[in-house]
Amino acid sequence: MNDLAINDYLGAHPDMSAALAGSATAWVAQTRRDALERFQSEGFPTPRHEAWRYTNVRPILKQSFTPSVAQRDDAEEIDLEKLSITPAVGPRLVFVNGHLSSRLSTLDDIDAGVRARSLAAVLDNEPDSVKPHLARQMPGCAHGFTIFNTAFAGDGALIELDAGVKATQPIELLYIVSTPNPGALAQPRNLLIAGPNSEAQIVERYIGPDGDAYFTNVVTEIVLQQDARLGHYKLQEEGDKAFHVGGLFVRHETGSRLYAHSISIGGSLVRNDVHVVLGAPHSACVLNGLYVAGGRQHVDNHTHIDHAEPDTNSNEVYKGIVDGRARAVFQGRVVVHQDAQRSDAQQSNKNLLLSRNAEVDTKPQLEIYADDVACSHGATVGQLDPDAVFYLRSRGVAEEAARGLLTYAFANDAVEKIQIVSLRERLESVIAAKLLKRDSVEELL
Amino acid sequence: MLKINDLHASIDGKAILKGIDLEVKAGEVHAIMGPNGSGKSTLANVLVGRDGYTVTRGRVTYNGQNLLELSPEERAHEGIFLAFQYPVEIPGVSNINLLKASVNAVRKHRGEKELDAIDFLKLVKAKLKTVDMKQELLYRSVNEGFSGGEKKRNEVFQMAVLEPTLAIMDETDSGLDIDALKAVASGVNALRADDRAIIVVTHYQRLLDYIVPDYVHVLAHGSVIKSGDKSLALELEKHGYGWIESHADDQAGAATVSGAG
Ligand SMILES: Nc1ncnc2c1ncn2[C@@H]1O[C@H](COP(=O)(O)OP(=O)(O)OP(=O)(O)O)[C@@H](O)[C@H]1O
Ligand SMILES: [Mg+2]
Repeated sequence: MNDLAINDYLGAHPDMSAALAGSATAWVAQTRRDALERFQSEGFPTPRHEAWRYTNVRPILKQSFTPSVAQRDDAEEIDLEKLSITPAVGPRLVFVNGHLSSRLSTLDDIDAGVRARSLAAVLDNEPDSVKPHLARQMPGCAHGFTIFNTAFAGDGALIELDAGVKATQPIELLYIVSTPNPGALAQPRNLLIAGPNSEAQIVERYIGPDGDAYFTNVVTEIVLQQDARLGHYKLQEEGDKAFHVGGLFVRHETGSRLYAHSISIGGSLVRNDVHVVLGAPHSACVLNGLYVAGGRQHVDNHTHIDHAEPDTNSNEVYKGIVDGRARAVFQGRVVVHQDAQRSDAQQSNKNLLLSRNAEVDTKPQLEIYADDVACSHGATVGQLDPDAVFYLRSRGVAEEAARGLLTYAFANDAVEKIQIVSLRERLESVIAAKLLKRDSVEELL
Repeated sequence: MLKINDLHASIDGKAILKGIDLEVKAGEVHAIMGPNGSGKSTLANVLVGRDGYTVTRGRVTYNGQNLLELSPEERAHEGIFLAFQYPVEIPGVSNINLLKASVNAVRKHRGEKELDAIDFLKLVKAKLKTVDMKQELLYRSVNEGFSGGEKKRNEVFQMAVLEPTLAIMDETDSGLDIDALKAVASGVNALRADDRAIIVVTHYQRLLDYIVPDYVHVLAHGSVIKSGDKSLALELEKHGYGWIESHADDQAGAATVSGAG
């Protein structure tokens, strides 16, 4: 199976790559060719790879998806209002099947010193401006999907923050898959560069129709220059038959801070990789994760934090709610390298299992090669506290509502960490709708 | 209001309640005393329908209906309230949200309209005063990180807001300082009315100085071994349970002898 899908993609590459943005530029074409070669020999990961032990991607390889080359007419039929997308409050780039749609995007009141552009346009017109960063943030051991993206991707968001800029509004990146023909493959490639001492919040949101099998394979690279502070929100709200594989690769310079939120709600088979390299002293990251899986969803979150330099901090909390026959996987690796003295690494993964048939595999891993460090990690898989359910019932709250309230409460501290009020409020109701089969928690109160 | 006849209950096959008879009429206050492990909390939990307790014999009727058939939430809707001996902590659910869910569930059951936010807050703030509880605790997660006394006060506060018809207080006075004790008592006394009844489980006469009971029952080894008026509590204070239990044993022994003869 693996081979079949791969052969289709390999066969399509020569025609495709000529049409991809930046193909006339030697280093861009070379980057893609190198990736293609590696992809050809390594293919997609299988459960034999330790990092894929619990996630078999065979369902994704059963069919070959149709790579979308350039912006076709896909975007023309899209009506944001019909998709319940509220009007943009700040700058918003909209991508359809991985390609920027200028018609749907709004950049009217973007802050001075913040640039949000289509990567394709930059690759065609001034490719050398991204040369130092593009495809440089992934680790050497990047897996097949990341390589696949590198070989095939042509567009995505390029966000640049000038030195010292403090963006007043979040920058929203909305990725819509539109499936006039079933089996769309969207491979956005994003590059976010936060200049020295800049500050901004960036929201990546992924949506698509229910009922269609499509595949989003995204890679986002982030460079945080000295003392930059970035809030990054990834909201995976894909359709119920969607496959979603996402890679987030972050490199820190001195004193920079990342607040990364990953909320995974939709999709049928989902894999999120986050790899943060605290590559300079006094850099720090906070990872806040929440996954909510039901039905037959499979959600795999794989995080890797490298403490490479002294005085680096990481604080990671991932929470999961798993119901029905869903399966959730958490693998969190924190490596404190020999030079990373006085580092502080805290990691926890907490899961709430709501059904007998749901499954969680959690594997926190802490590897410490320095001696003067403060580290802790832990994982729990539990059920709703029966005493708490009873307490609520004894106060008149019906059993189903009591369970709903407690389940929501479990998710709530992850949601509360979201700093963008409008986003937090929207997610509160999205999560309530999914967990409680109600439009809001308010209905329970 | 509440009639308990020959109630037997067990936990994991172990018999705990061994034939309780008790009748509580509207307007009355009953105190239940008894040594540790005698079954006081078990009785309270059976009355509110907690899982894990099996009623093996006997009947409980509440306002004429079979109480044991009702789910815990239905019992709450019918006006039964238990102030727990060990209130649970519920991280992530604020006190105020719990109360809102609770008040509206009860109102819905009675066919009344839900309270709007302003009326609800008014009600809640008025009740805070009656039990002298800090407003800040409203917005904290239910009982999470509360001191022992704050937890107990919170139970009484919930009771004051919900205005139950039958309130059962399980050692609400244990671990309270004197001011908290007075606040709890005033909360309970404010609830006293002709159409309500209150059962207080306590180890101490002290509480009964403030909440004066109409009846006092002594529970030992899962049954009521003695009932009397408020003077029984004073006697117990003086002589301890040992005296009354040996007294009861004598009676039981006599009954066996006469039964054999
Ligand atoms: N969940 C349980 N499993 C097993 N035994 C239990 C359980 N709950 C209570 N018991 C037992 O039932 C008996 C009665 O307990 P109960 O809590 O009703 O006593 P109590 O009169 O309230 O005591 P105290 O004054 O200490 O609160 C005790 O022997 C206790 O160990
Ligand atoms: Mg007790």
